[in-house]
Amino acid sequence: MEYNIVLPKIKDLHLIDVYIQNGGYEAIKKALQMSPDDVIEEVKKSGLRGRGGAGFSTGLKWSFMPKNDGKPHYLCINGDESEPGSFKDRQIFEYNPHQLIEGILIACYAIRAQKSYIYIRGEYRNWIQMVQKALDDAYEKGFVGEKMKETFGTEFYCDIYIHKGAGAYICGEESALMNSIEGKRGYPRVKPPFPAQYGLWGYPTTINNVETITNVPAIIKNGAEWFSKIGEPTHPGTILVGISGHVNKPGVYEVPTGTLLTDIIYKLAGGVPNNKKIKCVIPGGSSMPPIRGDQLEGLKMDAESLKKAGSAIGTAGVMVMDEDTNLSKVLLRITHFYHHESCGQCTPCREGTGWMEKVLKRVANKKATKKDLDLLVDVANNIEGRTICALGDAAAWPVKFMIERFRDDFEKYVSEEVVINVPNKVHSMRNTVIPLSEIKIK
Amino acid sequence: MSFKFSEENLQKINKSIAKYPYKKSAVMDALYIGQEQNGYITEEVMQEIAKILEIPLTDVLGVATFYTMYHKKPVGKYHLQVCTNVSCMLRGGVELLKQLKDELKIEEGEVTPDGLFSIEEVECMGACGGAPMMSVNYEYKENLTPEKLKVIINELRNNSK
Ligand SMILES: Cc1cc2nc3c(=O)[nH]c(=O)nc-3n(C[C@H](O)[C@H](O)[C@H](O)COP(=O)(O)O)c2cc1C
Ligand code: SF4
Ligand code: FES
Repeated sequence: MEYNIVLPKIKDLHLIDVYIQNGGYEAIKKALQMSPDDVIEEVKKSGLRGRGGAGFSTGLKWSFMPKNDGKPHYLCINGDESEPGSFKDRQIFEYNPHQLIEGILIACYAIRAQKSYIYIRGEYRNWIQMVQKALDDAYEKGFVGEKMKETFGTEFYCDIYIHKGAGAYICGEESALMNSIEGKRGYPRVKPPFPAQYGLWGYPTTINNVETITNVPAIIKNGAEWFSKIGEPTHPGTILVGISGHVNKPGVYEVPTGTLLTDIIYKLAGGVPNNKKIKCVIPGGSSMPPIRGDQLEGLKMDAESLKKAGSAIGTAGVMVMDEDTNLSKVLLRITHFYHHESCGQCTPCREGTGWMEKVLKRVANKKATKKDLDLLVDVANNIEGRTICALGDAAAWPVKFMIERFRDDFEKYVSEEVVINVPNKVHSMRNTVIPLSEIKIK
Repeated sequence: MSFKFSEENLQKINKSIAKYPYKKSAVMDALYIGQEQNGYITEEVMQEIAKILEIPLTDVLGVATFYTMYHKKPVGKYHLQVCTNVSCMLRGGVELLKQLKDELKIEEGEVTPDGLFSIEEVECMGACGGAPMMSVNYEYKENLTPEKLKVIINELRNNSK
């Protein structure tokens, strides 16, 4: 059932010599013999779609980059990986960093970028060191940096740097990520202009997820056609499924897209402890709409199938909750997260997440009425689609869909006898991390 | 209290500056380096960074306050971060946090009187497959149980005797 493209089961593959012995840094050689446009075309034909959440065609995204404009171009690699339930890119940093580096080189060549920044969340300090070691080795062998000219006998070369995040989920949003690299607060930007026109420091920029880019060397080496035939035709290739929660063998499994969700849960992850029934599954990280346990039969893990089922693939972080789970507590925890992580720029997101958290706290403490459930859905609807970035939607969806789909469950937590009398106070948590009174500015 | 970067740390900051076309981008690395040297971020640290990077102090302050990994007050020698987000919560993360508070007799955001430990409840650390988990100065301890937690705390106590 498992199929490995980005995490081949080869011992010590993270070492540059082992990677080279197994055909590493051959794909970049091949790519350099093609024209940049042909590389883009090949990736487009392969059908590769982004693994960072939105599932956009990678080749198409690359083709938006201007040509011969004489400006610097940038590639940003998104390794912020802060979506609750996602822990897959970390595996690539640890077990296959050179394939990521090779993918970056190929992508830079295709989009005519000379600099790439790998954005890695600061908490991954140990994994940052692993990637840095791999980079140092690749520099030394002349696969990265100016020495590339000599190694490969071409004019093209590019530099790769790591930018270390410092604890902010919002920096995974691509425009916030660019602001963070610029040394600013991680505020998402209003789009348009899109990054391919106006990105890092105002120059054309492409942002791709770590897993997305790690697929690229395999596509160049084996051809678009080979890749397009793996898994579901509309969303081909493999996905790294990170499964967690109530399963016996949580972890990251690489499977072809279109694998049955039940196979992943029961065959790979060893089923639910004590053979309990499943109440709820979130298939793609905490932002994605949850699915009822009684609707998992026949459900496939790929973008289109999950969309049809009323959810989304997201980062393929599968969270399994058994029949005894108190969903009001789960939803409260999820909403607390979005309130904590809202950057505070847009009123619906900044205030709405706070309000939802307050009301959900009451629900979880059995101090709410049925009307509060409607109120929650109403607040969520008023956030969705009314904000600068998709964090607003990400906060609204779990609330809206969990209450809609598990209404029977949530009604157990509310009662008509409750009288509500709570003072109103909500504000963005991002702006209150330190009491401003403690800071003096002369 | 005045603050000056050590020679070695100044070199580290210069290395960071070299990664970017504009000095300002090095502010995040510089804050980390300052935090490492000083233990936490103070106004003096921020002033030094502003001077080196030739940016206004308010820019440094804005970044320092936005990102949660910069400490604005002292933390323990071992900063313990427990994740209570969904995957960890489902497998006992909340109880783990409580056990830790009881064992160390401090609340979140406090430091033990001997300066050894501080506790922080954190969001998902990207270790959901190893839930419940805790990070000790960013060394991840995964698949924790109440017993394992005790062992870890005792080891840390003994290490610093
Ligand atoms: C709030 C928010 C957080 C995000 N976090 C991440 C992340 O941690 N990693 C990631 O690759 N993409 C994340 N994304 C998606 C990125 O904005 C972007 O779509 C993605 O990196 C593009 O890469 P891809 O096309 O290869 O998927 C996030 C989006 C939003 C709105
Ligand atoms: S939606 Fe939320 S996180 Fe996104 S820009 Fe607006 S306030 Fe910030
Ligand atoms: S939920 Fe705790 S590490 Fe992800």
